Amino acid sequence: MAFLELKKVRKGFGAGEKRTQVLSDIDIAIEEGEFVAIVGYSGAGKTTLISLIAGLLRPDSGSVTLKGVEITEPGPDRGVVFQNYSLLPWMTVYENIALAVDQIFPNWSPEKKKQHTEKYIAMVNLSPAREKKPGELSGGMRQRVSVARALAMEPQVLLLDEPLSALDALTRATLQDEIERIWEKEKRTVVLITNDVDEGILLADRIVPLSAGPNATLGPSVRVDIERPRDRKAINHDPRYKEIRREVIGYLLGDGGRKRVKVSKTLVLPNLLPEDLDAPRQWFRGRQPRRRDEIKHEAVEIGS
Amino acid sequence: MNKTKFDSILLPFVGIAACVFIWWCVAGKPVTKQVRDDFGDVVTVTSRVGISADLPGPIETWHKTRDYILKPFEKRGELDQGILAFTWLSLKLVAQGYCIALLVGTPIGFCLGLSKTFSKIFDPIIQILRPVSPLAWLPLGMVLFSSVKISDAAGHVLFGAIDAAALFTIAVCAMWPTVLNTAVGVRAIPQDYLNVAKVLKLSRAKTLCKVLVPATLPYMFTGFRLSLGIAWLVIVAAEMLTGRPGVGGFLWQQYNAQSFAHIILCILTIGVVGFVLDRLMSVVERRFKAV
Repeated sequence: MAFLELKKVRKGFGAGEKRTQVLSDIDIAIEEGEFVAIVGYSGAGKTTLISLIAGLLRPDSGSVTLKGVEITEPGPDRGVVFQNYSLLPWMTVYENIALAVDQIFPNWSPEKKKQHTEKYIAMVNLSPAREKKPGELSGGMRQRVSVARALAMEPQVLLLDEPLSALDALTRATLQDEIERIWEKEKRTVVLITNDVDEGILLADRIVPLSAGPNATLGPSVRVDIERPRDRKAINHDPRYKEIRREVIGYLLGDGGRKRVKVSKTLVLPNLLPEDLDAPRQWFRGRQPRRRDEIKHEAVEIGS
Repeated sequence: MNKTKFDSILLPFVGIAACVFIWWCVAGKPVTKQVRDDFGDVVTVTSRVGISADLPGPIETWHKTRDYILKPFEKRGELDQGILAFTWLSLKLVAQGYCIALLVGTPIGFCLGLSKTFSKIFDPIIQILRPVSPLAWLPLGMVLFSSVKISDAAGHVLFGAIDAAALFTIAVCAMWPTVLNTAVGVRAIPQDYLNVAKVLKLSRAKTLCKVLVPATLPYMFTGFRLSLGIAWLVIVAAEMLTGRPGVGGFLWQQYNAQSFAHIILCILTIGVVGFVLDRLMSVVERRFKAV
């Protein structure tokens, strides 16, 4: 049995006519310690997928199980790093992480809690900024705090929801290296959601493409069998890298690409005729617009 | 001298001077005439002339009220005290009513913001009660608390129906901005913060004090500030109707005594105190919004 498993998961939003089926027939099994990247279009339902695993949403049908136990609500066994950091702005870096530590390990001594919190702040290289509030930090630093908070919970699965997409390219690269370094050290199960295929290849053991929505589903997964640690400069020349890249992008642009949707709708012309400038103006009413269905009599001249 | 500084100090004085000038023009001025009366004697007759003949001018007002201003804490009688003594009495009452308003209003606001059902049940009632004037609440307060009477050993009433009614009026009127702003603030909490609470499985109490309250604080303080303004507005009405000693009570008593200079003093005091309270609250508010 797989460690984290999604079976025949379907999820839609809205009701009646307006209902959109976001995800359908999602099937994936993730092993313990595996780093899986799910790559897909923006708006395809990637965040919905991670919310299902986190337990923030429940699937309409199908099941999400962690170690064979159905996920019904959010819990500290699945640490989430949200796209928009989700730090509490009135707390310092230390307090944000300590809040999580306090909550997950209530029985630890204060000394141990403090050590644990400090350890993870140091892991993301933020020790000098520990007393700062999120408002005083750059985007990359905030995201590192968010990663540290998720890791400090010692979750069984780490869920990264486009953690780097809001950052500039250089900060992104540094943080990618940092995530890889931390993963090497901690060896946790990670699900990374991203729209960047290169990021997926650089970090993950396996890439799973998510087709475009609506009715997004997972495509065939591609194993990334490139030696670790991966060097971002050398990797560009690796033939295997190019092959994986072609395979994933091929699926995303081909089978999993945007479906052309056929729309049919009746176009209704406005029930209004052009203003008749010759008609006399009436007191107070002026010239009223003429409507097609108000015309009782219409004479059509036919040329002889 | 810096131009902007010059403007911000001098221009307000221009406005004040203009107002005082208009006041002086409108006010009545005493005119003394020597008139020969029916018996052929020369008598001095003083009469007031002007657009509002009975309204004392700025200088006259100063002369008549200087006792109250220069000895601000003197107590000559229950309704004849220095102006700051009266202000202190009014502020004490406002503080009590305001505290009640905050203690009652904030939880109601939280309930309204958190629960759709609760807000559907109580929103119509709030919308109806909100615009009711303090003058209308006071008689109701009198009836509600007619049996309230706390006396000391000597039999002096320490806290009677009138005091309870005044407190009730201030609290009820001042509560609404706090209630509504808190509710709006709770509804405006970003989903992200709530997701954090959910993922960490924070208990209800912990979610409230670690996430909900800090996230709502800026909105709450806007409400608190508006509430304080209203509480200070209501105090005058409450004191006028109940005759309690205080700025409003003094104003009403002086109106009955036809002592218009004192009324102007009261109006100015009420305005200045209201302004100072608002400034103080905005300083506190800014500190919380800076987060």
